[in-house]
Amino acid sequence: MTGIAEPPPQPLATPPPASAAALRVEDLSLSYVVRGIPRPVLRGVSFEVRPGESYGLVGESGCGKSTTAYAAVRYLPRNAVITGGRILVAGDDVTKMTDEQVRRFRMHHASMVYQDPGAALNPTTKIGPQVAEAFTVLGQNRREAHASALRAMERVQIADPERVFQRYPHQLSGGMQQRIVIAMALASDPKLLVLDEPTTGLDATVEASVLDLVRKLQAETNAAVLLIAHNLGVIRSICDRVGVMYAGKIVEEGDAAAVFEQPKHPYTLGLLRSLPRRGIRKSQKALATIPGSLPQIGADLPACVFVDRCPLATEICRTVEPPPFDVGPGRTSRCHHIDRLGEIVEPAAVVGQDTVQGDLALTLANVSKTFHQSGHDVPALVKVDLTLFDGETLGLVGESGSGKSTLARTILGIESPDVGGEMELDEHRLDARSMQRPTEDKRSIQMVFQNPESALNRGWTARHILARSVSKLTGLKGKAVNARVDKLAADLRLTQRHLDLKPRQLSGGLKQRVAIARAFAGDPRIVVADEPTSALDVSVQAAILNLLSELQTENKTSYLLISHDLGVVRYLADRIAVMYLGRIMEVGESENVFHGPNHPYTEALLSAIPTVDGEPAARIRLEGEIPSPANPPSGCVFHTRCHRFIQGLCEVTEPPLIEVEPGHLMKCHIPVDELRRLQAKARQEDVVLTTPPEALEAAAAIAADDPG
Amino acid sequence: MVRFIARRLILALVTLWLLATIVFIITNVLPSNVGRTILGPFAPQETVDALNEKLGTNRPLPVRYLESLQGLVTLDFGDSFVSGKAVLPQVVAAVGRSAKLAGLALLITIPLSIAAGLYAARRRDQRADRAIVLLGVTLSSIPEFVTGTILVVVVGVGLRWLPVLATAPDNADIPTQIRFLLLPAMAMAIVYFGYIARMTRAGTIEVLQSDYTRTALMKGLTTGQTMRRHVLRNALVPTVAVIAVQIGYLFGGIIAVEKIFNYNGMGSTMLFAAQHKDLPMLTAGVIVIGIVYMLATLTADLIIAWMNPRIRLEAT
Amino acid sequence: MAGSIALTPEQMPGPAAVSERSRARREMLRLLVRRKAFIIGSLVILFWVICAILGERITPYDPFNAFFLPGHQPPSPAHLFGTDRIGRDVLSRVMVGARDVLIVAPLAAILGVVSGTLLGLVMGYYRGIVDDILSRLVEAFLALPVILVALLTLVVLGSSSIVVICVVGILFAPIVARTVRSAVLSERQLDYVTAAKLRGESGLFILSQEIFPNVLGPTVVELTVRFGYAIFTVATLSFLGVGLQPPSPDWGLTVSQEYTNMISGKWWPTTFPALAIASTVIAVNLIADSLQSVLSE
Repeated sequence: MTGIAEPPPQPLATPPPASAAALRVEDLSLSYVVRGIPRPVLRGVSFEVRPGESYGLVGESGCGKSTTAYAAVRYLPRNAVITGGRILVAGDDVTKMTDEQVRRFRMHHASMVYQDPGAALNPTTKIGPQVAEAFTVLGQNRREAHASALRAMERVQIADPERVFQRYPHQLSGGMQQRIVIAMALASDPKLLVLDEPTTGLDATVEASVLDLVRKLQAETNAAVLLIAHNLGVIRSICDRVGVMYAGKIVEEGDAAAVFEQPKHPYTLGLLRSLPRRGIRKSQKALATIPGSLPQIGADLPACVFVDRCPLATEICRTVEPPPFDVGPGRTSRCHHIDRLGEIVEPAAVVGQDTVQGDLALTLANVSKTFHQSGHDVPALVKVDLTLFDGETLGLVGESGSGKSTLARTILGIESPDVGGEMELDEHRLDARSMQRPTEDKRSIQMVFQNPESALNRGWTARHILARSVSKLTGLKGKAVNARVDKLAADLRLTQRHLDLKPRQLSGGLKQRVAIARAFAGDPRIVVADEPTSALDVSVQAAILNLLSELQTENKTSYLLISHDLGVVRYLADRIAVMYLGRIMEVGESENVFHGPNHPYTEALLSAIPTVDGEPAARIRLEGEIPSPANPPSGCVFHTRCHRFIQGLCEVTEPPLIEVEPGHLMKCHIPVDELRRLQAKARQEDVVLTTPPEALEAAAAIAADDPG
Repeated sequence: MVRFIARRLILALVTLWLLATIVFIITNVLPSNVGRTILGPFAPQETVDALNEKLGTNRPLPVRYLESLQGLVTLDFGDSFVSGKAVLPQVVAAVGRSAKLAGLALLITIPLSIAAGLYAARRRDQRADRAIVLLGVTLSSIPEFVTGTILVVVVGVGLRWLPVLATAPDNADIPTQIRFLLLPAMAMAIVYFGYIARMTRAGTIEVLQSDYTRTALMKGLTTGQTMRRHVLRNALVPTVAVIAVQIGYLFGGIIAVEKIFNYNGMGSTMLFAAQHKDLPMLTAGVIVIGIVYMLATLTADLIIAWMNPRIRLEAT
Repeated sequence: MAGSIALTPEQMPGPAAVSERSRARREMLRLLVRRKAFIIGSLVILFWVICAILGERITPYDPFNAFFLPGHQPPSPAHLFGTDRIGRDVLSRVMVGARDVLIVAPLAAILGVVSGTLLGLVMGYYRGIVDDILSRLVEAFLALPVILVALLTLVVLGSSSIVVICVVGILFAPIVARTVRSAVLSERQLDYVTAAKLRGESGLFILSQEIFPNVLGPTVVELTVRFGYAIFTVATLSFLGVGLQPPSPDWGLTVSQEYTNMISGKWWPTTFPALAIASTVIAVNLIADSLQSVLSE
């Protein structure tokens, strides 16, 4: 039975009111004083947000978007100095307020939602008192505050608020925690609501429902919403208008959809072109990159801050600061050469290729992995069958608890599978533990980690890191090692200078290149890449993805690519496997999986992820939480959240493996043709599909049994 | 929580056993000849042999070890070489007297140190903070007998504010007793001020920088309200831990203080025992103090665990 | 973090790795030297080290011979620190007293830190049963009151410098082990350790080449802190009469011999050695504090 909810909320169309803007930032300049020297972080930022409007500030690290947001609520570190300009909220200048005035301002007029909701809640106090506090501060007594808190929690769609009242933060999931934070923020019915990366760190399906909630609340209140994000998709899905920041300046501003469809600034253009959009693949073209790298925070910059990396730069850009030119209704852009934007061509090069399926490189049969933790057995992987061919990229997609990291670690030999599972590399058995494998096998399977910061030994130089890997994995000695290191460096576009530096002196992108070079030191057959670009800025990500494609084409390496970013997966992966609670739900060629028909979970996942191209066609919002792997639901593990749940069938028996087309398999009870029809229907109709109540009841029943 | 407590108790028992074993090794394995050690190099051989016979040190080590463990369990540490009387009651009584002194020292230092730590944390990197940290580092570096000496010279002899010898006349009332104990207690309090203040400061700074403090301030709470409701209970956790550890060090430093101020507590008893090579007395002293330390850290661990909802609500 | 040094591929090849390392070290030294605390601490220690080394050659009078009877003359231009009860010049004795402390205490500290570091490395890296058992042992040692156990051991084995060094060193090892262990634990979960395992490095290699250099910082700080504690403890033991023996001009011993005379107003033979002890320990702590600040930057 499918569940259908009310029609999707529309983003408020904002007629420009005559009243004062809720938030008005005028030429704000701010510096951080480090060791006595002031380093400029904001260089004259100006924008305004009207009541009821939502404005997104987007940019890469160090652009100053967070600083701007925190400046608006006067929550700045002690060494921050506002060197010019002002911030007006409903007419009051925030920069000139005394501490007591700031406190009242925060109490009544401004609220904030944070990036890490778990850390934003006091771990030793129950939820109830924390939410109620937001009301007692406004003058309500204990009883009134209690009632208000319950109402606030209902408003953010928390079922059973009384129960949540008595819990501690660590007992709630990330999505629930964020709803609590939002509830507290709305307590004062603020004029300004600031959201600082509110969904970074949340699972995709959870993120979607939180974003929906924000949209709904935005429509209900008249607050001005300022959203900070580095993810353009999130901005697109929530914000009416957007300001693109670079090095402490807003370089382009305007209606979100318009800016993302037709950027009018070289930086915005470069940024959008470096994203894998609209389903492009590595075999179609390389991603555009922005040459150079982000400026150091607080560095002295020429008149146009972007000039050192801009393909259109001329002399005037160095000396005359580009004013915000009007490029359309409500749109501005700070560039002297807007008319020449067409000159920036997309890269013609193609560095990837569609793989022709080669030999079988890796097979996994019936691989399970159960962790034993203080009495519980946690099955992280359950009967996984997998194949990986030479030269192809298999994308692994899934949310927390899906088991994708465990799968990667098992293949690498960091974890050993339960008895009964078999792994084969090139027709010969692969030892469970990496330590026991022969050097040949160790060379063949290597890893690129998510966080380049921790992946490289900060005490070693890049050269030493690579040289050690080369000599240990290949057995080469002396000059041969140096030669190989030089070749690896060249492949990854690292200079001799880079090699002599320590990780601390390298940027994130450069560090990741060293990490990739290290993985390729022994000429591996398979490289496991665990979120290789998640910790990197967008413009850097493109270069890394291009390099990965290039290396794959040249060396015929297979990749096991783990990523939560479907754009990246669609770009790089030839085949995709979707995992949920340690099981593979669907696997197939990438285009087939993206096209459909899909497993309901995949369908929901594809619908959940906000893209910079606008809302996906079908709207599916899963309710409920991802179940704990320690206590998996019976039958089809997805049934507790499935919007196509069939009562009496899905919770009873495990679904069979059905073939959608050759090479495309999934585990579902619903016949393929039926799925195809229903999913096409969902795409055409403008309804939101959600988890039906029967499924949620089943979830509650399981949770009640769970002692944990 | 129950499981946590049970586990800690078992570990504590294991540690106690190891402690006793270490002491046994020092007193029975290290000396090549116990009798000779006690009587010194000039005593005649027959006297030494007779003593060894009497002490039973000629028996095999495993036997003596088991006997010492048995003694530990039944709380029988033997008789003093000097007085011939049972050792444990004397030690316990002495520890009790020292506890008065130590207790007063803690009473003085804990509120002051915590207050100083909080004060410093809120004014981080400003002059007041640097001064407090410097003061803490300096004071905690000075051995108790040095502070004791200086206090005696300045306060006791020079200014004549307080009595120099710590032992009050018999049956003195509490205020008088405190007056006598004040100087030595201060000597000890000064040393521990540094540790506790710095730990409080560190814990508070960490909490002040946390996200949930930010949330509280963003709700519009005053700094006072934020400190009371959100900061304090989280910041004092490391302080509880360090106080427990200091209790262990206290009973070390108290020996020197008791010597200077001529106080008949555990320190003097141990010194006397050392001078007269009264091994049973010394052994009992070490083990009793070891137990005191273990109890202190166990209590601290339990308090800290109880304050952490994750552990407190742990499903059995 | 993107936004740190922006390098373009066009730049010339730069200096080799070796000079990068020494440049970092020089940079650190430069930062250290700028701190007042470090300068004060180092000067004081330097002064006492010179006293210890040159000893009798620079004292105004012979520290061991009683020349100036009657004893207990107050400080005067002739005797800056006065004389003690048998007529020896206090200043000379204080200067020479540095020697014993500055030999015994550092050796004890080094013993403690070296053994503690090895222990901590093994415990932190291998974990499992090894860590569990050793942790129990460490906890047991930590429960022992240092002074009391030192007292006991010195009674059993007799008071000699060697025994003092060994006892204090061994009793310090568990504390150091704990610090090193927790530093190793946080390193161990970083990805570069996993990367090392994936290329088949042995445990020994990982511990010594990968992890140890990164925990060296906290270890050095711990070493300096232990120096301070060692001086503290050795002085206290001498004061209690179980450390160095007369006629050593050791500071703790001097205080214990003379403190009863304080009541009758003869403060100088006690106060100056006491201040000497205080100054040394404070100086060491100042150095340790500066090191810690610089290393954490």
